[in-house]
Amino acid sequence: MLDLSVNLGGLQLANPIMPASGTFSEDLADVFDLDVIGAHVTKTITREKRSGNPTPRVCEVKGAMLNAIGIPSKGIEHFLTHTVPFFNRYQAPLVASISAPSADEFARLCEEVSVEGVAAIEVNISCPNIEEDGKAFAMRPHTTSNVLNKLRQATDKPLWAKLSPNTGEVTEVALAAQEAGADALVVANTLLAMAIDIRSRKPKLGNLMGGLSGPALKPITLRMAYQCAKAVSIPVIGCGGIATLDDVLEYLIAGASAVQVGTATFISPMTMVHLVGELQEYMRTNNITSLSEIIGSVRDDEASDKPVMQEIGQ
Amino acid sequence: MQKKTLQAALGHPETALTAFEVPTTVLSNKPVNAEYHLLVVSAPEEILACTPGQFFNLLCPVSDAHSPYLRRPMSIYGFDRHKRRLSFLYKVAGEGTGALTALKRGAILPVLGPLGHGYSIKDDWQKLLIVARGVGLATLAPLAQYARQQGRQVTAICSARSQAALLSTDYFRQLGVNVIALTDEDGTSDTQNLRSIIEKQIAENGVDAFYTCGSNRLLAMLQELSRHYGIEGQVALEQQMACGLGMCQCCVRPFNRDGEQVQLRVCREGPVFDLMEAIPC
Ligand SMILES: Cc1cc2nc3c(=O)[nH]c(=O)nc-3n(C[C@H](O)[C@H](O)[C@H](O)COP(=O)(O)OP(=O)(O)OC[C@H]3O[C@@H](n4cnc5c(N)ncnc54)[C@H](O)[C@@H]3O)c2cc1C
Ligand SMILES: Cc1cc2nc3c(=O)[nH]c(=O)nc-3n(C[C@H](O)[C@H](O)[C@H](O)COP(=O)(O)O)c2cc1C
Ligand code: FES
Repeated sequence: MLDLSVNLGGLQLANPIMPASGTFSEDLADVFDLDVIGAHVTKTITREKRSGNPTPRVCEVKGAMLNAIGIPSKGIEHFLTHTVPFFNRYQAPLVASISAPSADEFARLCEEVSVEGVAAIEVNISCPNIEEDGKAFAMRPHTTSNVLNKLRQATDKPLWAKLSPNTGEVTEVALAAQEAGADALVVANTLLAMAIDIRSRKPKLGNLMGGLSGPALKPITLRMAYQCAKAVSIPVIGCGGIATLDDVLEYLIAGASAVQVGTATFISPMTMVHLVGELQEYMRTNNITSLSEIIGSVRDDEASDKPVMQEIGQ
Repeated sequence: MQKKTLQAALGHPETALTAFEVPTTVLSNKPVNAEYHLLVVSAPEEILACTPGQFFNLLCPVSDAHSPYLRRPMSIYGFDRHKRRLSFLYKVAGEGTGALTALKRGAILPVLGPLGHGYSIKDDWQKLLIVARGVGLATLAPLAQYARQQGRQVTAICSARSQAALLSTDYFRQLGVNVIALTDEDGTSDTQNLRSIIEKQIAENGVDAFYTCGSNRLLAMLQELSRHYGIEGQVALEQQMACGLGMCQCCVRPFNRDGEQVQLRVCREGPVFDLMEAIPC
């Protein structure tokens, strides 16, 4: 029997393929049966209603895209009365992504979304923190600790911390999140980027800057997922540039226990469905019965050509 | 699990699948004048339960010359479920539409759709006035066809830069549409003239509803006439898109709805909106 299931800090998923926040919604049910995928991760919500950033909100660059959607939100009320009931028609667990500009507001929202029907809470700590010089919580270990300590106290649900690739201290941030009680890490969000139209000399995004996502992001977030998986003992969920089975395998081998698919769904809405099927097929043809045989199997101690070089050197 | 994956194509028992990601085969792809191309593809039957005004999100081919990444939204210009045909009328603008021009007969074009909410015609809208400019005709042509099938009286005011750039007027006439062609080169397409032609239509023939698309200038004018004469209408709008399905929220525009200004997704709540709700920008 092939076992595609994974256990993410107490939460059991039927398979390791799930959507990335902000690239998935109820609307995808028009294209396939949403129970095919391992979990449902909602767009980040805030407590209050928010309208989001000015348009243009996206632009494409070679083999990738930039977005500055912001966090338009219909608020907690709408989430509880519409989003949760919609997804509860499915078996796949619902993961609520939340955000707030201050640690206390974050904790309050975390408590409010800890309702029946929400299986885990993903905290988008890659958003600006108004208490500390506007930098995202996930930029530094101490701001990460601070917010996660409060979030941990606000809920008993599995808590996933979504990290930012914009920090130079990813291992320290990952450790701080684990220390504060995160049950899993999502690595990572988009990388801050920019594009300018040379004819009009106008920035291509209404918000001037935005987040890079898609295949071009993959080597960076893969590296971070690897670093985090090495550093922490809680599960890491890989995210960034995943579009093919090879991408999924690369993250799993690097140490991720599951993956999130974002931009690829825009290019091909059936991507996640194909990935589940292809992963299963790969395991069958390679006689792999459990994902645990793949996860973290990277042969990093054998990376270099050293032995050969030494021979030549001698 | 394998069974489950296969069942994906059949859908969750509680929700019907309405949008399909499928390959289509190019039957022809030719310039119709200096600016526009007509692309006709052979498509599976299930994607052809379309409404005029809906669109598809096309995966334009990557080549040495063009590397579009995101899909490009394109209105349905024509669809025929019986013949399994789908067509698009497009203006070459940049990477994506540039890449489309390279498609030869037999090439595969992956499409996603049909998407969005199209036009509707209320039972008591017997006399329709279509006001189209340029490639906006692409969206309005299938509406004209549908309206004629429903036995409605249709007048289409088609405006373009030149006689050569005027599209589909013969097709409209074949459908039994009363066509009024206006061009910049003849000096007949200016706002003032257009307005007096519309007012003449209202006075002499009567108009129950306006249908238009894209252009801010047309939208603003029709809203004014709508308020003045109490005539309802619908407008198809454009906005930059990524997913086309309603997930990313990049395609929002402001609208007046129930006395409030709200942001709505053009791909999901539209692309066709109530004429008075749209805000020209
Ligand atoms: C619902 C809908 C229906 C449309 N129907 C038609 C049609 O039938 N015929 C036709 O010729 N065009 C139509 N358009 C416009 C068409 O999508 C754009 O011209 C096309 O995306 C331009 O892409 P490009 O790569 O060639 O140009 P670029 O200028 O290189 O495009 C760069 C980016 O801007 C976006 N963009 C540029 N112009 C527009 C626009 N007017 N609307 C939305 N996004 C734009 C592109 O999608 C792309 O992401 C429609 C747009 C929408 C939203
Ligand atoms: C349009 C868009 C909107 C996004 N919105 C959110 C969001 O609300 N919250 C969040 O945590 N991440 C958001 N992301 C980031 C994705 O969840 C993901 O981390 C990132 O896109 C990298 O994965 P990808 O390369 O597979 O897209 C968004 C990404 C895109 C492209
Ligand atoms: S294009 Fe993604 S929501 Fe409209």
